[in-house]
Amino acid sequence: MNSLYYQKRLSRNIGDKFFTYLSVICALIAILPLIFLVTYILYKGGSQITTELFTLEPNPPGDDLDAGGINPALIGTLIITSIASIISIPVGVGGGIYLAEYSKGGSFPRFIRFGVNVLAGVPSIIAGVFIYALIVSTKILFGSMYSGLAGGMALSILMLPTVIKTTDEGLKLVPNELRYASLGVGASMYTTILKVTLPSAFRSIATGVVLGIARAAGETAPLIFTALFSYYYITGFEDLFYEMGSLAVLIYNFALEPYDAQNKLAWAASFILVLSILSVNIFSRILAAFTEKTKRV
Amino acid sequence: MIKTNKKIPKNIILSLENVSISYGTFEAVRNVFCNFKKGNITSLIGPSGCGKSTVLRSLNRMNDLIPNCSLKGTVLFDGTNIYDKRVDPVEVRRRIGMVFQQPNPFPKSIYENIAFGARINGFTGDMDELVESSLRKAALWDECKDKLNDSGYSLSGGQQQRLCIARTIAIEPEIILMDEPCSALDPISTLKIEETMHALKKNYTIIIVTHNMQQALRVSDMTAFFNAIEYEDGDGGKVGYLAEFNSTNKIFNSPKEKTTQEYISGKFG
Repeated sequence: MNSLYYQKRLSRNIGDKFFTYLSVICALIAILPLIFLVTYILYKGGSQITTELFTLEPNPPGDDLDAGGINPALIGTLIITSIASIISIPVGVGGGIYLAEYSKGGSFPRFIRFGVNVLAGVPSIIAGVFIYALIVSTKILFGSMYSGLAGGMALSILMLPTVIKTTDEGLKLVPNELRYASLGVGASMYTTILKVTLPSAFRSIATGVVLGIARAAGETAPLIFTALFSYYYITGFEDLFYEMGSLAVLIYNFALEPYDAQNKLAWAASFILVLSILSVNIFSRILAAFTEKTKRV
Repeated sequence: MIKTNKKIPKNIILSLENVSISYGTFEAVRNVFCNFKKGNITSLIGPSGCGKSTVLRSLNRMNDLIPNCSLKGTVLFDGTNIYDKRVDPVEVRRRIGMVFQQPNPFPKSIYENIAFGARINGFTGDMDELVESSLRKAALWDECKDKLNDSGYSLSGGQQQRLCIARTIAIEPEIILMDEPCSALDPISTLKIEETMHALKKNYTIIIVTHNMQQALRVSDMTAFFNAIEYEDGDGGKVGYLAEFNSTNKIFNSPKEKTTQEYISGKFG
């Protein structure tokens, strides 16, 4: 008879231990890049943070030892992401509503869902090239070529699938009983969606939108083809139709410069970008956690 | 108006004529003829899968929400076939309200739960008064008059179900459909809801699906017994049909059909 006590030497127990440790090690390796990346950027960029960084224009490389600040790029990123949101949120939420609420199965919604998944997998540079061909090279936007507006459009293509998918999935999580309740008291589909289902799904949709924004804000390739870069302050509405700087492109441009001052500015911009994307992600987590809680009322 | 020329007695509020309902190719219920009397409580009873809930949902076009569900025959309400192409299902549901199996209050306050339906139906009167009278009719007023701004979810299951009844009453429907309204509730809540139904009978016609034969016996004037059998031309699955429809008294004391007798005595189902 075998003893009931735990025996270390047993081959199944050795194997068990081995695989436990192996999976722990893999998990640690998986998180290492993030830890190194964040600490390195905090170390390299964190030391460059000054108030001038947020207020000054970047100086063109080679002028002097002072690289200036990232104000235009920071504001540009905000503007371009806002334009992307303004385009993709209404279209994406509307499309998601169609998929989750109005479509009754069949080939058309299936085609749209498939299309959205394909769009989500399109490399971001393709979105940039597409808008370049459609908007920039044709000068279709009041004769302007590279512009913040075109940049926003390119980013909106990247945001769109995320917004549609999360709206679709968020609405599908709303229990059907709630829809029946509303329709049962004589509400139309339109009232039901607007007053009952959308509010119930609001937070999960908002979480998806925030994640979409976080993704778009860090994109570089689509902006190189569309918004390009600018050294100058954004002063008015008409600046939308001209080249616009952004944090991501500033990093791309300045990190490749041979001058130390510009490299430092790129590090500082990386720091700001990573920090803001990280905080947006954490914000969406909090939002999602809040959703879970309210659902169980 | 979309009226038919058929003569229907005045006391019949809702009339099913040769109604068959299918989900895709699966036939759920076949050839139902049934007249519901105004001011009555009518129970639909029968074993699982006999199509009684399907029939109930067809009465205010809730089946529209289920993909592939189709209905043949006519459902006459107020002289109109509610399945006519020109009929607006939203309007049908305003006049034929529904209470569901699971209590499903809106994630809003108790007050808003009742005001919601009334508001979208264009109610312009005193909302406070409507909320109070609806809650009173559903026998819920005393329990929640001090917490009208609390969430509907803060109530117990039985109270939630009465809130759902109050919400339905608030839109002043002519018929209230109830789909096993007590199946998720404890006996005391069930009793309260049955009392509520008795009180509502004066002003409303109620059609209720129930698995509980004692409940059918307690609350209803008329009882429709549905059964399911395999048809020769079917695909082997059981298809529901209306086996017997009579006063509750007759169904439970002297049923004409043998299957009814067997069902009410608990031999199957």
